[in-house]
Amino acid sequence: MWKQMLPALRMTLLMTVVTGLIYPGVITGLCQVLFRSQANGSLITRNGQVVGSALIGQSFTKAEYFQPRPSAAGAEGYDASASGGSNLGPTSQKLIDRVKGSVARLHTDNPAMQGAVPADLATASGSGLDPHLSPASAAVQIERVAKARGISVDQLRPVVDQLTEGRDLGLLGEPRVNVLALNLALDEKFPVR
Amino acid sequence: MTPNGILQIGIYFLLILAVTKPVGTYMARVFSGERTFLHPLLRPLERLCYVLSGIKEDVEQRWTQYAGSLIAFSFFSFLLAYLFQRLQGILPLNPMAFGTAAAPASATAMTPDLAFNTAVSFVTNTNWQSYVGETTMSYLVQMAALTVQNFVSAAAGIAIAIALIRGLARQQANAIGNFWVDLTRAVVYLLLPLSLVGALFLCSQGVIQNMGSYTKVTTLEGKTQVIAQGPVASQEAIKMVGTNGGGFFNANSSHPFENPTPLTNLVQMLMIFVIPAGLTYTLGKMVGDTRQGWAIFAAMSIMFLIGVFVVYGAEQSGNPNLAKLGIESNASATQSGGNMEGKEVRFGIAATSLFATITTAASCGAVNGMHDSFTPLGGLVPLFNMEVGEVIFGGTGAGLYGMLLFAILAVFIAGLMVGRTPEYLGKKIEGKEVKMAMIALIATSAVILLFTGSSAVIHFAKGSYWNGAYGPATGNLNNSGPHGFAEILYAYSSGAANNGSAFAGLSANTPWYNLTIGLAMLIGRFLIIIPMLAVAGSLAAKKRVPVTSGTFPTHGPLFVGLLVGTVVIVGALTFFPALSLSPIVEHFLMAQGRLF
Repeated sequence: MWKQMLPALRMTLLMTVVTGLIYPGVITGLCQVLFRSQANGSLITRNGQVVGSALIGQSFTKAEYFQPRPSAAGAEGYDASASGGSNLGPTSQKLIDRVKGSVARLHTDNPAMQGAVPADLATASGSGLDPHLSPASAAVQIERVAKARGISVDQLRPVVDQLTEGRDLGLLGEPRVNVLALNLALDEKFPVR
Repeated sequence: MTPNGILQIGIYFLLILAVTKPVGTYMARVFSGERTFLHPLLRPLERLCYVLSGIKEDVEQRWTQYAGSLIAFSFFSFLLAYLFQRLQGILPLNPMAFGTAAAPASATAMTPDLAFNTAVSFVTNTNWQSYVGETTMSYLVQMAALTVQNFVSAAAGIAIAIALIRGLARQQANAIGNFWVDLTRAVVYLLLPLSLVGALFLCSQGVIQNMGSYTKVTTLEGKTQVIAQGPVASQEAIKMVGTNGGGFFNANSSHPFENPTPLTNLVQMLMIFVIPAGLTYTLGKMVGDTRQGWAIFAAMSIMFLIGVFVVYGAEQSGNPNLAKLGIESNASATQSGGNMEGKEVRFGIAATSLFATITTAASCGAVNGMHDSFTPLGGLVPLFNMEVGEVIFGGTGAGLYGMLLFAILAVFIAGLMVGRTPEYLGKKIEGKEVKMAMIALIATSAVILLFTGSSAVIHFAKGSYWNGAYGPATGNLNNSGPHGFAEILYAYSSGAANNGSAFAGLSANTPWYNLTIGLAMLIGRFLIIIPMLAVAGSLAAKKRVPVTSGTFPTHGPLFVGLLVGTVVIVGALTFFPALSLSPIVEHFLMAQGRLF
């Protein structure tokens, strides 16, 4: 083994340079040229101001906005520098209490909501930054949002449908609506007076 | 389960089936020193590596020298990874000033025990993370310490598997290859090209790749949101291809910046299995009988598919305690139903269940949903996958040599039943091989069960050095009752199996957990590798015995069944008591509505 020490040291340093500096450096250079927007976080600007990332969820509490799933990222949720899930197990009292609270609030905020709550709407995502809602979770909020913006449900529904994405390649993952994209579209089309 | 979900799983499996032969053939050529289509481009780089590190390409090593080289290399790798972390405060590429007085208030301190745990974790291809990436590690550490180990620990695993294959393929030889050559070839011809292509694809889909500091944005409702940045794509690609699994961010592949779309999710899952599946074909190719490789592939596939559908079924049925509160548990066209706690909408139930099974079947440990929030049976499969040693495709290289260990046991058991000296691929399996296989098996099982047992009962004073403000080692749990016990069992299973995924509710960043899990990772890596290299050396020296009518064929369904049986029975006998105290009992308590 002792005879192997010198080659081991040299190989460690060499690999550090090749795979730890050159490789990520080359990838950074290429990505910054080829995919500039994606490489820097798919940031969205409105009136010259960065308002978020197309991929990262943010919290919405006002009635005139579609509201995202509960989030366990950071103390107040949707902390994009402290990602993570609740890590509460299926028999956790804390989980049941939290979901109970969410369900009650959903019913208060959306009196028109009927039937069972869509599975994603009262549960926290793994990243705490889930940018999406299922189409069903968006649908149950349409009436509230329309009312808060002083428009009719029939005016609002097409906007939601238009921003609903299907499965990738018609097959992969699940249908979904990007909450930030939807709310930005609402602010543009039906601004709150 | 929905038809679409089953289709997603089926298509994934068919894609893996399709890449196994071409990738396996390519690897067989690379490690036999034959030319491939990439040689004109990469051969100069390979040569340069030998020149710069002073290695003679054509000198082969005995198994002891091979093992010595690996240990020496791992030692320096550990040292460098440790130093990079501890010194990150004075090193460049640290826009968030981690490890200095100017770090954000939420930053985690880089203590010696955390740096030890992380260095061991990445050197052993485990990638267990006691830390939160975005609040702990500078970009330089992520690249020059962690990304590097993602490459070389994976390459070392492949090298060991290739050495073991040579042991089976050669006769009356005393050498099993050259560790440095195998390592270099794995990096240059396999991991680097796959990672380059993978990283560019991932970035094109939205995975970030920059060196900037975190972006402060004002949300539509006027709140401030700080968005973490970093060189993610380059690390993400090798994290998958090398079955490493250590996320750039805490949320790992559930984070939209690591895994933004269902398409990237599929590609990441393919990246995990491509080398482990390909190696089964490489085995067949190098021993001159591809049916042998396909038999191993078949045994792995059977266990894999059973696992996937157990997880998917359990997760899709959801949590009855939530259904009682009025949460929809059935899937419909507009929502996924099932247990969505800890899962992302874009992946849904099927793609998350599939990912969880793949990542724990392989020694990857990346997650696209939080395993801690899975249903009990959904969490049982990942636990079991890890506890049988990740031989269901398994880690790059590690899966194959782990499965060959079980193949040795399987033919040994068959030999006992018929009263004949067992053989595998024409090599007599004798006392030494079986002893070595048993050392590997007992060491890893013991380390899981002993540390789990200790952590369940050990008591520390509150505020002590060993476990800080948590007090007893059970004070670090996020869940109570059987699920709490499962968090501990999962942690040591993940460590000893070099997986790295977690029931992440466990707050593991204390000296007690950092050191014991670190030890579990070291034992789980080296007490398998060294015995398996000894087996390689011993087999290489043997003559090949001719096939007779009494030879037990190891390429038919009987052998596949025996191999699966051996894995399941050994795993079940060792871990059933521990598993029955955690996921199994929790399943019944959940059905009764008991909460903790």
